[in-house]
Amino acid sequence: MAIVFEKPKSLTDVPYHYCPGCTHGIVHRLVAEAIDALGIEGRTVGIAPVGCSVMAYDYFKCDMIEASHGRAPAVATGVKRSMPDSIVFTYQGDGDLASIGLCETVSTACRGENITIIFINNAIYGMTGGQMAPTSLIGQVTQTSPYGRDPKTQGMPIRICELLATLDAPAYLERVAVNSVAHVRQAKKAILKAFKNQVEGKGFSLVEVVSTCPTNWGLTPDKACQFVEEKMIPFYPLGCYKDKE
Amino acid sequence: MSSKVLMKGNEAIAEAAIRCGCRHYFGYPITPQTEIAAYMSKRMPKIGGTFLQAESEIAAINMVYGCAATGRRAMTSSSSPGISLKAEGISYLAGADLPALIVNVQRGGPGLGGIQPSQSDYFFMTRGPGHGDFHIIVLAPATVQEMADMTRLAFELGEKYRMPAMLLADGTMGQMMEPVVLPEDTVDPETIPATKPWATTGTQMKRAHNIVNSLYLKPDELEKTNFERFERYAKLEKEECRWEEYLMDDAEVCVVSVGITARVAKNAIAAARKEGVKVGMIRPITLYPFPKEPIAKAASKVKSFLTVELNMGQMNEDVKLAIGCSKPVAMCNRVGGMIPSADEVLAAIRKEAK
Amino acid sequence: MAKLTFKEELCKGCGLCVTACPKKILAISKTKLNHKGHAPVELTKPEECVGCASCALMCPDCVITVER
Repeated sequence: MAIVFEKPKSLTDVPYHYCPGCTHGIVHRLVAEAIDALGIEGRTVGIAPVGCSVMAYDYFKCDMIEASHGRAPAVATGVKRSMPDSIVFTYQGDGDLASIGLCETVSTACRGENITIIFINNAIYGMTGGQMAPTSLIGQVTQTSPYGRDPKTQGMPIRICELLATLDAPAYLERVAVNSVAHVRQAKKAILKAFKNQVEGKGFSLVEVVSTCPTNWGLTPDKACQFVEEKMIPFYPLGCYKDKE
Repeated sequence: MSSKVLMKGNEAIAEAAIRCGCRHYFGYPITPQTEIAAYMSKRMPKIGGTFLQAESEIAAINMVYGCAATGRRAMTSSSSPGISLKAEGISYLAGADLPALIVNVQRGGPGLGGIQPSQSDYFFMTRGPGHGDFHIIVLAPATVQEMADMTRLAFELGEKYRMPAMLLADGTMGQMMEPVVLPEDTVDPETIPATKPWATTGTQMKRAHNIVNSLYLKPDELEKTNFERFERYAKLEKEECRWEEYLMDDAEVCVVSVGITARVAKNAIAAARKEGVKVGMIRPITLYPFPKEPIAKAASKVKSFLTVELNMGQMNEDVKLAIGCSKPVAMCNRVGGMIPSADEVLAAIRKEAK
Repeated sequence: MAKLTFKEELCKGCGLCVTACPKKILAISKTKLNHKGHAPVELTKPEECVGCASCALMCPDCVITVER
């Protein structure tokens, strides 16, 4: 018998602090699998965000830097310009990337920095206890939209892949999900490609991962996966939004 | 090679930074320091360095943070309102114990203020320009030569004590042109990261991973890092204070001033001496660590102190603290971009001498 | 022929693997608790496992190792 599935080598043995059924764990693994597959752990520097994954620096074996809220792409730029041969990735939630850090996200994409961004879109601010995110859906009840998100006063949700696709510089933008086995397989391919692009110097690559937050959505992990299928994906269609071959 | 040239203060900082191995500049235009960015935009590409005009001062300080984490000499520059934006980033640099150079060429405030010189960020910079208990090294140049010399000192001290360092200049220092002897180009930037075993240069699969971070959720751990950091600050305060004394041997009035006001004060002191007034000056070169010792020593000999400042009374408080409020500490100040004339300072000196 | 190994102490009983298993041979224990207080997953019919690794793919906590 041969091992057909095991924990990737570039993950540490520190147990995750994430809630039961939180899909951060799946995405961390996919990132680590990409790092292992490309043999780049020794020259990778990861940038952790502010959010539930703030302690991602404990979970990856590569060198890690903790960034201030929203500024990971700027920190990544500083690292990549200092060490162009390194592989630099950021791992950011929807508040980090699409609210406070929106300027850094767009500007870094505009500059076409040769980095990889993993964007966790779970339509909520998890770490701070479930407030509305820029990607929260219309009518979604959160701590700061207790009557449901009202577009009149709270605006419309933002679609990051579509937004960044209007820019000339990005090389690869894909939206995936991790709410089913089939989707996890596609997400794995996309994340690997986003890292491979950087190795090959192809330019700015971002994978938006539609994810769950069972705790703050008030749903079981299973029902949260269903919510992604029935409510999130129709608004955030999966697929490739830019691919400069 | 060493050379004497006529240079603008802002440009002297930029050239001096390059000559001590800085190859990464991240900045944003703001008057009166934009010349630093403009100079770097021309020089850096020619030597394989990084010049990046960031999307904001916030992005720039975070780029510095990333670059500094990899062990390189990184710098940014701005002026007062832009420094306000950088406050969080500076706190992160300090909390992660990262050396980096931040230049603040001060302008009038608060708010959008004006574009003329001021020294009104003194409290902000010397108390710790950001949230939390921390300090950055603060150097106050008064000549274009010092703008150049202090750039190297800022990098060296910052690396020795693992903390950010600032060149705190007033707008005049940035804009004036004076002859400056630039240091020789002796530092090989490639050698610098290896001197920092904590840097995130990539494990190369040869060591455990390095983490650059300031988050410590367990209060006892966070407390420990704070105390350890302040032990380093205590050593810095003991060993790295720098100041200049001018005619202090028989002084009965002690002027304390930095930057352009120190230069004006020197003229006023010369005129006062001609009138027989026994006045001297202690000019701090390090504002953090503040030269408390020479000022406290002077308190046992002089009748009073006089700070000459471009703010509403900031360094004045540090002098009072240094002498335990044992003697009067008067002030001659202008704000908004106004600079006191030598006559104004002379009048203030005469008042104290009575 | 397939073999699953579970790191029980890491399991949070989230049930994503239970839903993912095409053979429906995983279930959250009704009798056991791990040291964190979670009821871990159990393989109810090991002989029916085909080693597709769907469970391991969905597990956020790297609990499951699959051999085939």
